[in-house]
Amino acid sequence: MTSDVNTPHTQSERSDPLYDELAASPEFTELRKLYRGFVFPATVAFLAWYLLYVLMSNWATGFMNTRLFGNINVALVFGLLQFVTTFVLAWIYSRFSTARLDPLARELNDRYEAGKHGKGH
Amino acid sequence: MDHQVLTTVLFLSVVALTIGITFWASRDNSGSDSFYAGGRSFSPIQNGLAIGGDYMSAASFLGISGAIALSGYDGFLYSIGFLVAWLVALLLVAEMLRNSGRYTMADQLAYRMKQTPVRMAAATSTVVVSIFYLLAQMVGAGTLVALLLGVDSQTVKNLVIFGVGILMIFYVTVGGMKGTTWVQIVKAVLLMAGSAVIVFMVLAKFNFNLSDLLGAAASNSGKGQAFLEPGLKFGISTTSKIDFISLGIALVLGTAGLPHILIRFYTVPTSRDARKSVLWAIGLIGVFYLFTLVLGFGAAALLKGDKAAEVATSKGNLASPLLAEAVGGGAGSTGGAILLAVIAAVAFATILAVVAGLTLTSSASVAHDIYNNVIKKGKATEKQEIKVTRIAAFSIGLVAILLAIPAQNLNIAFLVALAFAVAASANLPAIVYNMFWRRFNTRGATWSIYGGLASSLLLVFFSPVMSGKGVIDGVNQSLLPASIDISWFPLENPGIVSIPLGFLFGFLGTISRREPEAEDRFTELEVRALTGAGSEKAVIH
Repeated sequence: MTSDVNTPHTQSERSDPLYDELAASPEFTELRKLYRGFVFPATVAFLAWYLLYVLMSNWATGFMNTRLFGNINVALVFGLLQFVTTFVLAWIYSRFSTARLDPLARELNDRYEAGKHGKGH
Repeated sequence: MDHQVLTTVLFLSVVALTIGITFWASRDNSGSDSFYAGGRSFSPIQNGLAIGGDYMSAASFLGISGAIALSGYDGFLYSIGFLVAWLVALLLVAEMLRNSGRYTMADQLAYRMKQTPVRMAAATSTVVVSIFYLLAQMVGAGTLVALLLGVDSQTVKNLVIFGVGILMIFYVTVGGMKGTTWVQIVKAVLLMAGSAVIVFMVLAKFNFNLSDLLGAAASNSGKGQAFLEPGLKFGISTTSKIDFISLGIALVLGTAGLPHILIRFYTVPTSRDARKSVLWAIGLIGVFYLFTLVLGFGAAALLKGDKAAEVATSKGNLASPLLAEAVGGGAGSTGGAILLAVIAAVAFATILAVVAGLTLTSSASVAHDIYNNVIKKGKATEKQEIKVTRIAAFSIGLVAILLAIPAQNLNIAFLVALAFAVAASANLPAIVYNMFWRRFNTRGATWSIYGGLASSLLLVFFSPVMSGKGVIDGVNQSLLPASIDISWFPLENPGIVSIPLGFLFGFLGTISRREPEAEDRFTELEVRALTGAGSEKAVIH
């Protein structure tokens, strides 16, 4: 087990310069940019969408109580839409990371493994 | 057969099943990776089920359907927060945590901070959050069993709490993560199957017409259309509306800070499997909350007279079991007795699986963070560390029993909501800052954890939950005696204030001191978190 998480240091030490090499590579810059470019806007969007629902349940009751058909009102549909958007966003993120993030991450990880073996670890 | 006998038999079968699983899973439990992380060799589906098993607690199964049965639409608001919260875990936490940590929440912080202070802080909040959650489950178990056996005796409730405590010590000390995970998987399957049957039977009664079901619920509730609209529970005053926002924020941000959920991401081979297991969990939990919607409105529509009164007396907790009895043919019928007993046993299995996960999480943190890394400076052997985990599980079990017995008049939903608020205030800021902010450092981490923890607990202490709500219908509405009023914070849910405070403390702690080592090591953490380079590998048997 080559974990550095468990080593006794009162202050972290740099354990491997390989990480710096990887961090400086264009692939890593790209990976980081793609990841952050997806999750930051997505997080803001779903939190805003959820908050809108919470606020409307409180203060837009007239609209929320509108009956659409039978006993189904806007509030119920809006609530169920939160389920739908959660499922859809999770699915989109999964597609995105499999297609765009995983290949980059794999390549960088392979380089790390190769570097480790190259140094006779 | 009399339903008490049947219920007892099924309860004992559930207990026997979980004990059997634990012994079976403990066969090859050697080494820390096996004991704490199940060898990191669970598949995404297995882990997704186990996450569901860990997350869908008695508060969800009994509490949410009960809240819907009593307050209509407003009960549904809980489900939405509990589900949307998983996007935070999926997008920001699960994969990065899998790649950068080892056994506990603290590992990921300790990666670039000073070991002793951050591990103490993270272990403290892990134990506090887990104990609140544990109390909720144990109090729920006592109430459930006593009500189902039809004995309102304090001795029986205390015995059940004691028994659950002993069982959870057993699961953790014998089964470790592997045993705990299998208990959770089996529970998730039982819970989904049991709920699906009742949901099907309820919908069949209304020819699968949701609108008719809602209509019947509205008219039987005596509240008419208001029962289907937001506001019955949370819309009473401006204070209660703000309280609802506060609850909503805590629910959505708390999940990704719950220690017993976080450590589940370590049980799979790679970060990609962690992502897939969260996807499975989202699907499973989403469907389950749709089930609770039908169960809650079904109970409101179908339970009448005495049975409806019983739901109200139990604060909604008995809505699902009594609904099962009703769709099975009603009280006194064989079908009703069987379904009631089955659903009650499923609820009991639910409680057992959740307490096992909580006990494992908190005792692993005590052993790995405090004993090994703080006291022994990382020099303890795997054997010593696991031994301390077992001792810690035993101690935490005893503490939970001792606290749960006097805590029986606490509201279960309140305890769970409090655990979410503490997790969102104390843990989430540190986790998010650590992953995304290079400048973040040891002081920032400890300030955000202790600051978020203290502010959420203090605000609850000075809230109407503790004192000042007065006496309604001869029942004291607060925890302290009615003669004492120390409340000045108007909300029951602290999240709207304490979560921003947690982030603020972390920010202030960080900018008030520079820690070049922590900043320097951020590069390594980030590469590892995003690529998996150097992350812990699965154990191959």
